[in-house]
Amino acid sequence: MTERTHIRPAGAGRASPVQVAAATVMWLYVLAALLAPLIAPYGEAEIVGEAFAPWSAQHWLGTDQLGRDFLSRLLYGLRNSLMLAVTTTLLSFLVGGLAGLLAATGGRVTDTVLSRLVDVVMALPALIFALMLLTVFGTGGVQLVLVIGLLDATRVFRIARALAMREAAMDYVEAARLRGESLVRIMIVEILPNVKAPLLAEMGMRFSFVFLTVATLSFLGLGLQPPAADLGSMVRENATLITYGDFTPLIPAALIALLAMAVNFLIDGWLEEEVAPHEG
Amino acid sequence: MGKETGGTERCDNVHPLVRIIAGRLILGLFSLLAVSVIIFAALEMLPGDFARSILGQSATPEAVAAIRHDLGLDRPAVIRYVEWLSGVLQGDFGTSLSGRGVEGGRSVAGLVLPRLGNTFLLALLAVAIAFPIAFLLGLTAAMNRGRRIDRLINSVALAFVAMPEFLIGYLLIYWLAVRAGLLPPLASVGPDTPPGERLMRMILPAVTLSLTVAAHILRMTRASLSELFERPWMEALQLKGIPMAIAVRRHALPNAAGTIANIFAFNIAWLITGVVVTERVFVYPGIGQLMVDAVASRDVPVVQACALIFATVYIGLNLLADIIAVASNPRLLHPR
Repeated sequence: MTERTHIRPAGAGRASPVQVAAATVMWLYVLAALLAPLIAPYGEAEIVGEAFAPWSAQHWLGTDQLGRDFLSRLLYGLRNSLMLAVTTTLLSFLVGGLAGLLAATGGRVTDTVLSRLVDVVMALPALIFALMLLTVFGTGGVQLVLVIGLLDATRVFRIARALAMREAAMDYVEAARLRGESLVRIMIVEILPNVKAPLLAEMGMRFSFVFLTVATLSFLGLGLQPPAADLGSMVRENATLITYGDFTPLIPAALIALLAMAVNFLIDGWLEEEVAPHEG
Repeated sequence: MGKETGGTERCDNVHPLVRIIAGRLILGLFSLLAVSVIIFAALEMLPGDFARSILGQSATPEAVAAIRHDLGLDRPAVIRYVEWLSGVLQGDFGTSLSGRGVEGGRSVAGLVLPRLGNTFLLALLAVAIAFPIAFLLGLTAAMNRGRRIDRLINSVALAFVAMPEFLIGYLLIYWLAVRAGLLPPLASVGPDTPPGERLMRMILPAVTLSLTVAAHILRMTRASLSELFERPWMEALQLKGIPMAIAVRRHALPNAAGTIANIFAFNIAWLITGVVVTERVFVYPGIGQLMVDAVASRDVPVVQACALIFATVYIGLNLLADIIAVASNPRLLHPR
């Protein structure tokens, strides 16, 4: 996942057409998610007709396996999936970022304990670990956010720790220590502002990864409890339609990919143009 | 003599490479042991009892106690761990919780083993397709860094990285199976499916799995190879007038074996994730599918067995890549 070895002199600050398109897509998603209850023609769990009705004027995208309006479910699903992914990313950065800063500044014992703990979690592929924890805690939105957020925090920890380690060795941190500043103040006021930019780039990458993981686990039937809609479980619930030549269930899947793609292209361009020259 | 040089001379009769590899093997064994503890401990935290979840809420306390005793839940966790591990080492993964009480439950090994071969076959097929394609495209991109072909390859890979496996899988089903009618849409193979038919049914899942894995491998190959190509000695070769293709083939690639092994190791996690999802999409009877079902029904012994198998494969392949990386280091092959 970490691929930032390249330093390229590019027109800094000028957004490429791809990036403009990507940013537009992201804003459209945010808008659709915020306005879902207002623009959805029917309710999230409202049964409005027979199952698997074809596209029509009343139901633009037809109905799902229980006779609920597909378009309305799509809008609510977008809202729920986005909310899950945003909450998870924030949780993973809060936990992983603070733990990383603490490991870098809090002395050797703290660092060793935290680092070994993270090694243990990372000894298994994330999905397998997530499946194990979901067996323990059961399935549902809260569990999903906690499990993925904490697993993902280990990746954030590694990066935050590495970045903060570099800063912690600098004179200004030493000066702050000698001034008698508290550990929390050194972490938040001294170091954090200096590692913010690369951490934000990483946040984009993590968001895209988390969004896909949430969708994958929902698709596997381990996400939100019914009747709540989310993009991944909509694909699973309606998958039989595909074998009859109806591509409607692919729409939520394509929406997942489109957002992840937009984020990836935005970050990729940003990394090659903005971050890299400063590192060089 | 040369005692002063230390290190390599300490036990002259053993090649340093052998010692390093032995060290890695022991380390791998330790991490496997640690992971088995994690897997056991994580699933022991199960809130509420499985006894109660098997019998339902209306069970009498006596019945719950009996089942708990039956499952051995009333004994200390350490003892149960040791018993579980020694059972696993003898091929006994315990008894599945689902269907328990009716005919005493099925053995987990009986559920897992037939599916293990299916999963390995699928993964192997996918790697055989993905690795060469991803490597060649990554190499092409790295050799043409910054040109149009590089940008095109990178963009396509970036797009595929963003696509969930189930989208790729269903797209292929929609186009190739349903619309074009070329291949069967599902991969439900049984023990008596003829080999030709089995292969036909495995094409779509294998392609699905290889596409996602290939995208990840490609991006990493591109990054690490172009880093390699920008080393000073590559520049020196170019200044000598040696064509890029020859410089890459004769000088850069022999030096990249360790890098390539590492790229492979990094992508094993993607392969495992992909296996789980792909098996679900194509209703392919592998252990990924089994594990997801077991998670949904909270069938702890089955989840433990599947997690342990995935972990063993993960650690084993990482170890292999590590050893290849060490063994391909010429400084270790020709000790002074």
